[in-house]
Amino acid sequence: MARPTPLLVVEDLHVSVSDREILRGVDLVIAEGETHVLLGPNGGGKTTLLNTIVGLPGYRVTRGRILFKGVDLAGLDIDERARMGIGVAFQRPPAVRGIKLRQLIEVAADGRFDEAMLADLVGELSLENMIDRDVNMGFSGGEMKRSEMAQLLAQAPDLTLFDEPESGVDLDNIAVVGAAMTKLLKAERAGMTKRAGLIVTHTGHILEYVNADVGHVLYSGRLACRGNPRDLIAEIARHGYDKCVECAICQM
Amino acid sequence: MPDVSSGFDVQARIAEIRTLAEAARDKKAVYGPDLDLSRFNAARDAESVESLESLEKQVKEVALGVGIDTKEENRSGTYFQVDRTPIYERVTEMYGGKLEIMSTAQALELYPELMYEKYYWRAVAPDKDKYTAQVALQPTEGYFIRVLPGQKIEKPIQACLFVSENNISQNVHNVIIMEEGSEATVITGCTIHPKVREGLHAGISEFYVGKGAKLTFTMIHNWAEDFDVRPRTGIVVDDDGTYVNNYILLKPVRSIQSFPVARLVGARSRAVFNSIVYGLADSYIDIGSESVLEGSGSRSEAVARTVTRDRSIVYSRGRLVGRTDDCKAHLDCRGMVQSPQSTQWAIPDLASEGAPGAELSHEAAISPIAAEEIYYLMSRGVPKDEAVSMITRGFLDLEIPGLPPALKRQIDKALEETAKESL
Ligand SMILES: Nc1ncnc2c1ncn2[C@@H]1O[C@H](COP(=O)(O)OP(=O)(O)OP(=O)(O)O)[C@@H](O)[C@H]1O
Ligand SMILES: [Mg+2]
Repeated sequence: MARPTPLLVVEDLHVSVSDREILRGVDLVIAEGETHVLLGPNGGGKTTLLNTIVGLPGYRVTRGRILFKGVDLAGLDIDERARMGIGVAFQRPPAVRGIKLRQLIEVAADGRFDEAMLADLVGELSLENMIDRDVNMGFSGGEMKRSEMAQLLAQAPDLTLFDEPESGVDLDNIAVVGAAMTKLLKAERAGMTKRAGLIVTHTGHILEYVNADVGHVLYSGRLACRGNPRDLIAEIARHGYDKCVECAICQM
Repeated sequence: MPDVSSGFDVQARIAEIRTLAEAARDKKAVYGPDLDLSRFNAARDAESVESLESLEKQVKEVALGVGIDTKEENRSGTYFQVDRTPIYERVTEMYGGKLEIMSTAQALELYPELMYEKYYWRAVAPDKDKYTAQVALQPTEGYFIRVLPGQKIEKPIQACLFVSENNISQNVHNVIIMEEGSEATVITGCTIHPKVREGLHAGISEFYVGKGAKLTFTMIHNWAEDFDVRPRTGIVVDDDGTYVNNYILLKPVRSIQSFPVARLVGARSRAVFNSIVYGLADSYIDIGSESVLEGSGSRSEAVARTVTRDRSIVYSRGRLVGRTDDCKAHLDCRGMVQSPQSTQWAIPDLASEGAPGAELSHEAAISPIAAEEIYYLMSRGVPKDEAVSMITRGFLDLEIPGLPPALKRQIDKALEETAKESL
């Protein structure tokens, strides 16, 4: 069986945040069409890994590298990475005074969106009461996640990083967010690669709505364990992270 | 205005204004850099026009940039002054009998006693400083707008004060009278011919908002890097009256100092000040507003957004003076500093004078543009410079109520251009 083309390759990645080393040798390959899940204790560095891939300043790569579509991302700005096809749903996106959600969807779509598509998106994600408000300003937890999904659907990235997409979201909204994620990950466009994703989750609830292929546990700055995401979550629930790292289902 | 002869002694008042002004000839203004007025030449006469369409193309374009539509579409009336000459005044047919527009000099001829007794130099003192004195001592024009009792003028009235010659002093004196129960929106656009580099605009504005009346006054300024501007504005609001003042300055200027004062004398009277100021190049901008809350239940709100770039200096002042127990007022001035050579001052100033029940509050903040907001936009594929421009525009984009959509589009466009140019 031919191996699918790797979309994202993270090699021996070491990242420091204000002189503290958070990631200590992360290796991760996500191929076209794959959806991965990232688990790990609070403060373990999951957001750090995502933000480093996105290119946010403050995350210093001290060793290793990140390749996207075969290109080393070192030195590329956030917007360049975004235009190459990397998208992110932030754990806690900032509020921006004076910029409407509508505007942000429009710039994210970069001309690919027309009125009808925008209207569909508003309907799908129930954005009626948010679309003409300052983005994330006073949005509830669920509204914020729906707003992130809307921007990503407009942006249509090849690789989407989801940082705790279900946190603070009620059951009805998880279904809506999950449907949006599935659409993002499964959509295929002519001449484009198959979409891929990396989902950070603690509870795994979102996996009832989104199919994931493989799970990882980020522990002590490394990906310590790899396996079926649901099995991993069950194992962690039973024995905690410490034990998980040595567990039987780990295929490392 | 039924000019019932009140027996008011007009000549004595004229002499009094002159004496007051004479004494204030060299009186420096409280704020802003002092100007040597002898530097500027007197304005010359300009020629009247039959239609604004006959104006030079360049003039029409710059007028449009300050909200003046020379096609007069969707306007109820127009006043156009070039240098010292009113070249065009018109009330559209639909509003005949509801609204009067003329030069202030004409109004003084038409209603001498009423004007001198109640309106002319009554909201602004002729001896306030050397700029009011200069306007009082020299022949001046400016617009007179009066909305008749109970008339609601849905379409905006526009007034353009235009400077066409280099290095002149344009002195104007404007009076707006909103009679009881009337409503109107006035757009005043002040600007210059592209060839004008330096000069002075000294403008007196006196607005009277009658019982239950509402005036929305929007002023857009567009000057040049060596131009000085000294407006002097006084507003008096009667019972249940509302005054809304929107001020927009998005282009460089040498110096501008303006501090309109609204006296809320009527019960339940209200004043709202919104200001959007973009400090560019070497602009020295000292703006603010004062609300004096005298009427029972009076309310005031002032919102200012200022951005400084280049070497600009911006003072954003706001003063609230409570003189009655149940008055309430709030100030909100936020500034964003975008260059290491620029300076911003936010100066809120609150006073309760013999009014233990007065509730006066303020929020003042000066901060940089938030990096995480820039990164957020960049993560959606927006280049950094565009992200900065979008955020700046958003910060300055007060949702000003009552702006005609076309003017709103004008302002958006100007904001966008300014944000782009300054990158
Ligand atoms: N800007 C920063 N300055 C200092 N420390 C930081 C900064 N950003 C992250 N850290 C630290 O890095 C560590 C990893 O944080 P990170 O947010 O990546 O964890 P996480 O796995 O996403 O946790 P959670 O599950 O709670 O979201 C934490 O100890 C955090 O405090
Ligand atoms: Mg996190």
